[in-house]
Amino acid sequence: MPQPVPSPDAPRHGGALRPDTPVRGPARPGPYVAAGVLVAIGIVLPLVVPIYARHDPELAGMPFFYWYQLLWVFIDAGLLFVAYTLMRKEDRRRRDVVRAAQGSGPDSHPPRHAAATDVSGDATEDGGAR
Amino acid sequence: MNAVLALPASLSLATPADVPDAGGHRSIAGGALVVVILLFLVVAAIGFLASRWRTSSEERGLHSLDEWGLGGRGFGSWVTWFLLGGDLYTAYTFVAVPAAMWATGAVSGFFAVPYTIVLYPIVFILMSRLWSVSRSHGYVTPADFVGGRYGGKVLSTAIAVTGIVATMPYIALQLVGMKAVLTVLGLGSGSNSFVNDLPLIIAFVVLAAYTYTGGLRAPALIAVVKDLLIYLAIVVAVIYLPSKFGGWGSIFGAADHKLSTTNPATGKPAGALIPGATSFNAYWTLALGSAMALFMYPHSITGVLATKSRNTIRRNAVVLPLYSLMLGFLALLGYVAIKAGTMPVDTNGKINAQLVVPQLFLDSFPSWFAGVALAAIAIGALVPAAIMSIAASNLFTRNIYRDLIKPDVTPRTEAKISKLVSLLVKVGALVFVLGMDQSSAINLQLLGGIWILQTFPAIVAGLYTRWFNKWALLVGWAAGMVYGTIAAYDVVNPATGKHFGGSIAAIPGTDTTVYIGVTAFVLNAVVATVGTLVLRAFKVKDTADSTRSTDYEVDEDDVRVQPVPEDLRAELS
Repeated sequence: MPQPVPSPDAPRHGGALRPDTPVRGPARPGPYVAAGVLVAIGIVLPLVVPIYARHDPELAGMPFFYWYQLLWVFIDAGLLFVAYTLMRKEDRRRRDVVRAAQGSGPDSHPPRHAAATDVSGDATEDGGAR
Repeated sequence: MNAVLALPASLSLATPADVPDAGGHRSIAGGALVVVILLFLVVAAIGFLASRWRTSSEERGLHSLDEWGLGGRGFGSWVTWFLLGGDLYTAYTFVAVPAAMWATGAVSGFFAVPYTIVLYPIVFILMSRLWSVSRSHGYVTPADFVGGRYGGKVLSTAIAVTGIVATMPYIALQLVGMKAVLTVLGLGSGSNSFVNDLPLIIAFVVLAAYTYTGGLRAPALIAVVKDLLIYLAIVVAVIYLPSKFGGWGSIFGAADHKLSTTNPATGKPAGALIPGATSFNAYWTLALGSAMALFMYPHSITGVLATKSRNTIRRNAVVLPLYSLMLGFLALLGYVAIKAGTMPVDTNGKINAQLVVPQLFLDSFPSWFAGVALAAIAIGALVPAAIMSIAASNLFTRNIYRDLIKPDVTPRTEAKISKLVSLLVKVGALVFVLGMDQSSAINLQLLGGIWILQTFPAIVAGLYTRWFNKWALLVGWAAGMVYGTIAAYDVVNPATGKHFGGSIAAIPGTDTTVYIGVTAFVLNAVVATVGTLVLRAFKVKDTADSTRSTDYEVDEDDVRVQPVPEDLRAELS
């Protein structure tokens, strides 16, 4: 989308970043793919009802249908914990790349090399193609 | 293990006098009521003090939407955990889920568990991007975001109206949840209907007052009390009650027996302990559709936008599932009530399934602890009712008043309007519940869930891509709304003959019964996609996008993270 005019929401009060300056460096696909798989498992598996719509094996008197789903509460929390850790580490690394290159002054320039945000990450982070 | 509960030996367990007679009249459960009133006063005090929390003296009046409607956008992980827990797990949830389990079993009740399991991965993916773009541009509502992303006002107005209309019955249902508690406490049985309604009116007036002064800070603080109480009540219930009633095996056996008994009105079993194969699709689509819809509700998005960092919501997605565990056990209390022989008799003498868990608590616990548990449910109405009314009024102020009536409104006036509208919204909900049949509120809530899901394509696609054409999304939204409403109307309850009898129906042209919301959503998405392809083929111009791709990635440390100053706002399309 052509943008000949500076964006109206560019901060005028000495902000260092032009609106299209990347805030983090290129993504490595690995952590995002792994996190994406974990999150997808966390969404799909609890919904495959035929796996667990049964009575046996019982646990403490509870039919399988019930205790299995309660177990998935913990499993999903665990999956999200791992996904969060993976993404957080990668996210920090990417932001450090850009912040180190920018330095600390309010008038510093964007990094000299094209730090184009890499769109190869999966839909969990940047699918921001227009 | 029972030592704690054996301590107050001088206080008697709930006596038979607390159980209603055949006409539905009951005496007041004094001990429990005292505890409920005390806890309510504590919570009210917290609510009134909330406006002072994390504000300097100039800010104290909360004179902007950011301060009043989003609590200053500064809630950290712990507060967010309590706030979202209090926001998403409402009094109505506490009352309706076990009621459904008690009445018809697994499919209509226990889907709440996979629903709240699958919810958090979805939140994990989507909400950080929404946080970032909203922080970059000062968006307060989902319709603000849609307006910024797609330009113009038509789509954002559609989203705003959907949000308001879907939220209102949900507020009313919190009152219904509170009423269940008050009825069981014996406060609904008098002959004077005004006196019957008075506790509810008082509670709501107090709620309205501290929400006016404290904004989102009030329910955030109260949520801490509410959540601690509800965890206490459920942990004790789950440890104590199964052993009292013979163990889980015997409880499930009683439930199975009741649910497989044929219902004379329909000629079919009352329900099912384990869903049969014909119910599988209904079960998973109810879970998935509800999960997708929940974070499209304005009050959920308000909770997210009030957080102070991009990752707060992700961290919370990891630990919020604890509430789902609590909800799962609460659902199972519906079966415990079957074994216990709880009789949820309403003031008119008829069976009202929603009274099941409050009645079970009152019957099974010493009256002081029953009071704690019942207070947890009643207070559990106040937190979401406050947040929902704040969210609905933010929508009105930003996306109806500012977008359509007076674009140059100042932040101070925005806050004033929002405060006033939130009062009106609560009064409206109260009048609705007191004046109309409870089933109207439930029907509207059912529709509200279907409706709010239709905002998913516009919002979620918008978080990732501008590919969809605004008009195609609008037509898709309309198609989903129309189909969803008609399909829900066509579901007739076989026992009562009334419309809006349920939320599942066959996919048109097939035999597969699924959640209507999901069918409507698919229709919506297909229409939006086809519409976009057609409009692109004809090279129809689409309006501008005032967001940039990096807006969706900023975190709290990025310089650009400032709400848009007022002088620039006029320049934005």
